Amino acid sequence: MSEPQALTFTPRDNIHTEPRVIRFVIVALAVLFLLIFVVLPLIVVFASAFSRGLSAYFAALTEPEALSAIRLTLLIAAISVSLNLVFGVIAAWAIAKFEFAGKTFLVTLIDLPFSVSPVISGLVFVLLFGAQGFFGPWLQAHDIRVLFAVPGIALATIFVTFPFVARALIPLMQEQGTQEEEAAISLGASGLQTFFRVTLPNIKWGLLYGVLLCNARAMGEFGAVSVVSGHIRGETNTMPLLVEILYNEYQFVSSFAIASLLAMLALITLVVKTILERRLDEGQVPSDD
Amino acid sequence: MNGVPRRRSTLPGFGLTMGLTLTWLSVIILIPLAGLFLKTFDLSLEQFWGIVTSRRTLNALRISFGLSFLAACVNLVMGMVVVWALVRYRFPGRRLFDAIVDIPFALPTAVAGVALTQLFAQKGWLGAPLAELGIKVAFTPVGIFIAMVFIGIPFVVRTVQPVLLDLDVEIEEAAASLGANRWHTVFRVILPSLIPAMLTGFALAFARAVGEYGSVIFIAGNLPNVSEIAPLLIVIRLSEFRYADATAIAVVMLLAAFIIIFAVNRLQRWAQTRIPAH
Repeated sequence: MSEPQALTFTPRDNIHTEPRVIRFVIVALAVLFLLIFVVLPLIVVFASAFSRGLSAYFAALTEPEALSAIRLTLLIAAISVSLNLVFGVIAAWAIAKFEFAGKTFLVTLIDLPFSVSPVISGLVFVLLFGAQGFFGPWLQAHDIRVLFAVPGIALATIFVTFPFVARALIPLMQEQGTQEEEAAISLGASGLQTFFRVTLPNIKWGLLYGVLLCNARAMGEFGAVSVVSGHIRGETNTMPLLVEILYNEYQFVSSFAIASLLAMLALITLVVKTILERRLDEGQVPSDD
Repeated sequence: MNGVPRRRSTLPGFGLTMGLTLTWLSVIILIPLAGLFLKTFDLSLEQFWGIVTSRRTLNALRISFGLSFLAACVNLVMGMVVVWALVRYRFPGRRLFDAIVDIPFALPTAVAGVALTQLFAQKGWLGAPLAELGIKVAFTPVGIFIAMVFIGIPFVVRTVQPVLLDLDVEIEEAAASLGANRWHTVFRVILPSLIPAMLTGFALAFARAVGEYGSVIFIAGNLPNVSEIAPLLIVIRLSEFRYADATAIAVVMLLAAFIIIFAVNRLQRWAQTRIPAH
């Protein structure tokens, strides 16, 4: 892709492109559509967050309820990202480095959470661990809380973020083949040595890419978490849930202050993602979908 | 990937990593989803049918699927406009707008929900001028539609973009040199080879909109039978402890999702047979 240029064309271009008027209309439509539907909502978040000034903004973010939501969100992200990181790498190793029957089906199963409504992702855990659920009575008898507590929120988050790491790694590792690993093994390296010294350096950017997207979704998940959290104030509210509660209580500045943190997370994620994609382009690209 | 091992791999760890993968997949995904289907067996067929065809459920499903279809249509048309501008033309800020397309993926849905509501509310930046024209968006089905368009923006753009980038310019030159005018070249030569990608993007945007919860519920108004989406009805039934009702609606939506996955897989296979791999 070349550097951006102005809307200029030479007469020769006529057979390769559209008349200047149509080109202008298409670009204008595209830009206008993205400005109205994407940029404007983003600006609204920050404008509403800062509408009463900086001190109100920071006061909203340092409320005990806000701090507890931020802490819980970080905890849930740490749990679900690290588990999905480990199992994503393990799954990618099995799928990318070996040939076996039913591989395509297995990949479809791993992708499944992307097609399930977030609400249903939460519902399945309510059916398993709720008071009327399969394990509900047993959990109650042993006084273990899964639902409306950290374990339930973590499970629902792991469910919705399940595919990210494996999906970023599989195409990358498939393209890299197995030759380098086979060479290491034949020279006497152990399996783990081969993974950490040969495979990991090759996939580090792809791995970071998967972790980045996994983390963004883990911190921002709303529907699934909303179903399993129970909305106990100061205890089981993550940042997205607090955005909802404050908004419904007409505390717009506080709601948008928390929302602005999540929006900044999204913007930072996008910038890092673009940098990583450029780095991966130099080697191999993980498919985006 | 034809099932039979072509040659024995000398790499270690297949048994271990495969075992761990299947275990983890079962614990997190398969057993919980199977539990959902098992739960429906608590219901007789008549009970299941009664829940699914009750007026409120039918209306919620109609609103979710109908508006998602409309939103996916808008995403298809506007996605093509955006992808054409991004791939074929050079204009100031093109790279920035390319990155902006991903924002609906990256922005947490609750944030999108409150932002769109604020924007389209009666006193909002866009809601106020629209209200003067007599158009009410927030807390009506139009609001649901707007939120669904928002979250579906990246799909068509991102599925069509790589195909359009890869398209051989020589084919266009051949068409032009054979006397086709630009209109013909675009609609008879370029567009047909984009159709599988366009349909894939459409199906993905549709599926996402049907299941969407966070970005819709704030702007929706959530009036039963009028502006209540199916995922919200599941949440409402759960809060009323009517688990069977929630499960029945969820099963219908899951089956729809499976049909869409299947369609997308077929579409991708179709695309591969139409466009030779590079």
